[in-house]
Amino acid sequence: MSVDIETVKRVAKLSRIAVDDEKAERMKGELNAILGFVEQLNEVDVENVEPMTSVVMTDMKKRVDEVTDGDRAEDITVNAPASEDSFFMVPKVIE
Amino acid sequence: MSELTSLTIAEAREKLLAKEISAVELTESYLGAIEASNDQFNAYIRVTADQAREQAAKSDERLAKGAAGDLEGIPLGIKDLFATRDVHTQACSHILDGFKPRYESTVTSNLWDDGAVMLGKLNMDEFAMGSSNETSYYGPVVNPWRAEGSDQKLVPGGSSGGSAAAVSAHLCAGATATDTGGSIRQPAAFTGTVGVKPTYGRCSRWGTVAFASSLDQAGPIARDIRDAAILLKSMASVDPKDTTSVDLPVPDYASSIGKSVKGMKIGIPKEYRVDDMPEEIEKLWQQGIEWYRDAGAEIVDISLPHTKYALPAYYIVAPAEASSNLARYDGVRYGLRVTGDDITDMYEKTRSAGFGDEVKRRILIGTYVLSSGYYDAYYLRAQKIRTLIKQDFEKVFADGIDTILTPATPSSAFAIGDEEMAADPVKMYLNDIFTVTVNMAGLPGISVPAGLDGKGLPLGLQLIGKPFEEETLFQAGNVVEQAAGRFTPQKWW
Repeated sequence: MSVDIETVKRVAKLSRIAVDDEKAERMKGELNAILGFVEQLNEVDVENVEPMTSVVMTDMKKRVDEVTDGDRAEDITVNAPASEDSFFMVPKVIE
Repeated sequence: MSELTSLTIAEAREKLLAKEISAVELTESYLGAIEASNDQFNAYIRVTADQAREQAAKSDERLAKGAAGDLEGIPLGIKDLFATRDVHTQACSHILDGFKPRYESTVTSNLWDDGAVMLGKLNMDEFAMGSSNETSYYGPVVNPWRAEGSDQKLVPGGSSGGSAAAVSAHLCAGATATDTGGSIRQPAAFTGTVGVKPTYGRCSRWGTVAFASSLDQAGPIARDIRDAAILLKSMASVDPKDTTSVDLPVPDYASSIGKSVKGMKIGIPKEYRVDDMPEEIEKLWQQGIEWYRDAGAEIVDISLPHTKYALPAYYIVAPAEASSNLARYDGVRYGLRVTGDDITDMYEKTRSAGFGDEVKRRILIGTYVLSSGYYDAYYLRAQKIRTLIKQDFEKVFADGIDTILTPATPSSAFAIGDEEMAADPVKMYLNDIFTVTVNMAGLPGISVPAGLDGKGLPLGLQLIGKPFEEETLFQAGNVVEQAAGRFTPQKWW
């Protein structure tokens, strides 16, 4: 399978990464090289093979459902590019 | 004073406990070495001198009181992937511009609890995506090793290139690193250092910037096997904050060094004899086999039939997980923001300006293979192949193999700006051909320096172990270290 320029742009849009035409053209070549490389996986018979979900077989750890952290709004917003009164500031998202 | 930096962790620890040297002296000599030569290597991207001096002074107090921890007063370098409280933590990416976490990763917390001193943050490939340290926003790292009679700048490998270069050039006593496809073992091999990728789940991933969560694992890069064992004992822990942290006690790894390998079964996988493998790598491997035979181990030819599919499957699984993990960098909660016409435009411009080309490539591949209509053909198939790779290992271990011996890399260090690698991403990916199977199966692996190639550059051998049997790797790795000796670059800086 190989990708065309429209697909590269669509995937870039899904990834929320702006690309111009020149960049998309270059990425098309690179992505096709990688997709060409992984093509060989089609040789493998995966009939009746379970997909891996975890490399180490252990039960998922569970903890008691209780509050163990919190009241750290300042710590959480301190690295934000824009914040006010412990809120993250973003451009207007509703009309 | 400068010769203090030539002490191994084990040696420095003895001298500190015997009060022959102080932690402050030791830290000062490393800070001096960093100041004198870091510009040549670009290994540290941030030096935390004041913090190091404070920590060292406290170490001296504890040493005086006889309350020394396992790493009391030992100066370490920390890969920029580990969150360090109020200190530059950017995974060497522009998108985390200015990020200083208000928390400490579990791995580094463990080190400070044991008395270690932080010298600074080390360079790496952006988000640990790379095999040459050239994708870093802060520029490439220079390998302290040079080919004989040449002053061409070589890569230290990646992604933990800063860690490996700093350890090799004695700019720290040891370093933390991480390994998703070979990022500890390949740079260790390129710099004549020892690198350990523990079993998945042995070191907590909490507070480590995520690349591919089912593959990422922290481990040490050190000057010798004993130092690597000492560091791993401190780094590893059982952590309730990481659900994949495994509930097993951490053994004293160093105590397995020196134990005989007589009767141990060493597997030699025929699939690791790849096309175009340089003769020198083959020779090194044969040499390793001889060393084990001489030490009384039993050499057994084995087969790991799905080996060749590990790398292509990795380049589906790892980008898929990365595309999901890196979705959080959107210019809202931390790091860089580039303003746009609306919020979507802001996201797109921020991510376009903040991520480097290799990271973008992997996000795009990951998004593509997870997108509707392609998930089964790519991601699901790759995860099934991963099961087959793991079963290959399980079979040979069930047949009585104790550890598997392979080359660590298909070549020695190459030049910075290598044109063939720059032109073809897949060529760069092939660096991890011998290491990536270990991550896919979640196993522990160690790279031990084993010799020099014809150009005088270090090469490593890799040992692969059973899950949570890192001790076997230290025990067996010692055979190579004893036979090959230790490797220090000729000082040109």
